[in-house]
Amino acid sequence: MPERVFITGIGIVCAIGNNVGEVLNSLMAERSGIGAITLFPTLHQGTLPMAEVKMSNQELASDLGFSTPKAYTRTALLGMKAAREAIRSSGITDMKAFRTGLIGATTVGGMDRSENFYASFLTDPSKGKLADVVNHDCASGTEQIAAYLNIPDFITTISTACSSSVNAIMFGSDLIRTGQLDRVIVGGHDAVTRFTLNGFNTLMILDRSGCHPFDENRAGLTLGEGAAYLVLESEETVAAARKKVLAEVTGYGNANDAYHQTASSPDGKGAFLAMTKALSMSGLAPSEISYINVHGTGTQNNDLSEGLAIERIFGENVPPFSSTKAFTGHTLGAAGAIEAIISVLSLLHEVIFPNLNFSIPMKELKIRPVSRLMTRIKLQHVLSNSFGFGGNNSSVILSRLENTDIQ
Amino acid sequence: MISPQKTLERGVFLEEVMAYNADYLHCIEPVYRNFIDPIQARRMSRLIKMGIAAAKISLTDAGIAMPDAIITGTGLGSVEDTEKILGEITKEERFLNPTPFIQSTYNTISSQIAIQLKCHNYNSTYVHRTFSFESGLLDALLQIEEGTANNILAGGIDEMTLNHLQITRRIGLWKTVPVSNLGLLHLRTPGALAGEGATFITLGKNPQSNTYARLTGVETFFNLNNSFDPGSKLLAFLNHHSLTPSQVDLVLLGNNGDTNHDPIYDNFREKFFPGKAHAWYKHLCGEYHTATGFGLYLASNLLRNQTFPDILKLNDIAPKKISNILIYNHFRNVNHAFMLVQAIDR
Repeated sequence: MPERVFITGIGIVCAIGNNVGEVLNSLMAERSGIGAITLFPTLHQGTLPMAEVKMSNQELASDLGFSTPKAYTRTALLGMKAAREAIRSSGITDMKAFRTGLIGATTVGGMDRSENFYASFLTDPSKGKLADVVNHDCASGTEQIAAYLNIPDFITTISTACSSSVNAIMFGSDLIRTGQLDRVIVGGHDAVTRFTLNGFNTLMILDRSGCHPFDENRAGLTLGEGAAYLVLESEETVAAARKKVLAEVTGYGNANDAYHQTASSPDGKGAFLAMTKALSMSGLAPSEISYINVHGTGTQNNDLSEGLAIERIFGENVPPFSSTKAFTGHTLGAAGAIEAIISVLSLLHEVIFPNLNFSIPMKELKIRPVSRLMTRIKLQHVLSNSFGFGGNNSSVILSRLENTDIQ
Repeated sequence: MISPQKTLERGVFLEEVMAYNADYLHCIEPVYRNFIDPIQARRMSRLIKMGIAAAKISLTDAGIAMPDAIITGTGLGSVEDTEKILGEITKEERFLNPTPFIQSTYNTISSQIAIQLKCHNYNSTYVHRTFSFESGLLDALLQIEEGTANNILAGGIDEMTLNHLQITRRIGLWKTVPVSNLGLLHLRTPGALAGEGATFITLGKNPQSNTYARLTGVETFFNLNNSFDPGSKLLAFLNHHSLTPSQVDLVLLGNNGDTNHDPIYDNFREKFFPGKAHAWYKHLCGEYHTATGFGLYLASNLLRNQTFPDILKLNDIAPKKISNILIYNHFRNVNHAFMLVQAIDR
């Protein structure tokens, strides 16, 4: 019998807040974090919006107890902040009391610094500060988090584009289910960079007025940044510490669309399979899902194929759903973990956060997202989708449980 | 297996060793049109083509058309594509070509293999330095254990470019001048010899007549605050698989010629495996984040063929029968990893 997997801690930093409390307040107040680009000079300043974390690198460093941010990328600083909050909220004090691991996720790692290095290096190969490039790779941020928080037993990093951090939740859960580890801190971190901004811009999928997920007139995504980490624990460690459990990870699925490197298949086959696998693992019928936090990037392609896949699975009884990306922007490698935490907040506070910027239903779909905050709505099982380039589609189901279940 | 050696064909195993005098060891690439439609291949960067070809070679070798999962490890993904975008945005943030951005995404290799195979199954990419390949293998082993997959395509892939070589040389990873790969251990200078490669292996739940070996265990250790104690970790790892060091026939070490870091391997083999066969391989493939893929390829062939080519030997000991191989790797004393590979009893 595989171990059960419980969420005992959450930590987040993104455009709508620097911690869980601030994020919850912004979600309840329907306050978006999308605004002007301020973090780096770019041709796109003034024309493209972005969802930046409202802290400078120096402010993040000070908050973490460093005198200067010099040794860290913005990506790593964001990750350390979120992971620290997750560990604190889980009440873990002794890292060595149980086998404890860390699984990070990112799409561009330390690119926020290495793109500055390359600007100098490409003019003269002897130029460019090495401190700007030594943390370029995806592992660096994860290792800095592990060192900062003394996570002793296991470490790795996943990159499956925009579904990266859901795959971190999945792999962490597998490590607990098979008894390899007792506790795993899982999540993702990505800072905004000129690299990603221009990359998405070449694909012409950035909405100049901020993203409008699941709206007929949607024109693309809005790039965001942030980090989010969750503490996953086995039944045994939860019981040993008599801990408060926030939610249980009851199902997950990963499937590939195998259609195109950047576009989703017209019928959303990968999305359909990921959700179906998650449902099958959880043993739940589609009718038992109380809410879907959709991937909903706001691109023409994603929202249509995701919507069709949802209609195919849920038929006439599609549960309430919303994309929260008009709050946070699309935070790429952090998105899955950010939305898992937002889903946990929905379960805990009995609310469904609205899909901002929605006005006109898509003509191809029968369904429409929740566009106003819904309160006092008891949720039992929440499905959260994260789909990425390369057809990497993953879904996770988080379930509410009464504490007495495991104590 | 695509590597700087002649490793493209099954059955051809280090019959001829490629000697180089070079800044880094470059892969011997296959004729890609044998693996990829030339029209599609034209837009693909080198790393993606290498990945697809290596994946197809492995699946054909295993006789598997559709794996239940595709898992790739890569330290850096397509460096060539990443550098192209960085070059373009440095000049002007306009009129950029989207293809390099799309291909720079680390999961491109895994997903391009899925597209080629029309494989809708589990698909993931691990990107953790020298844990990238091992993390993917661990994921694969867990899935086989949980019964969610029976046949898994798992790989490790990284490339070197001239820009990346210059940067990492400035960081101090490599020899500062071109060197002879076969004379690597005689140089006694700091820095490794860089390399590259694309390994894909097909893992199955049950051995078949064409199975090379059993991948029994994989474990990685992040050396947090110098806490990694090789002796206790080794004994615990072997004990978990019901073995003691005396039952290991051959230790395959990650020596890369870097005098700052090779002593860790030398102490390890002398202290824990005296009287056992000691072997190395990075003079053949170079050092890169997923070089242990080449190590696992070698171990699998050693076990299946029961031959032990002299070019691999670090001492004069050759076991009569090779049953248990321990692969030990570390990256700058930060990322340590063990793999246990065992012969299949036939």
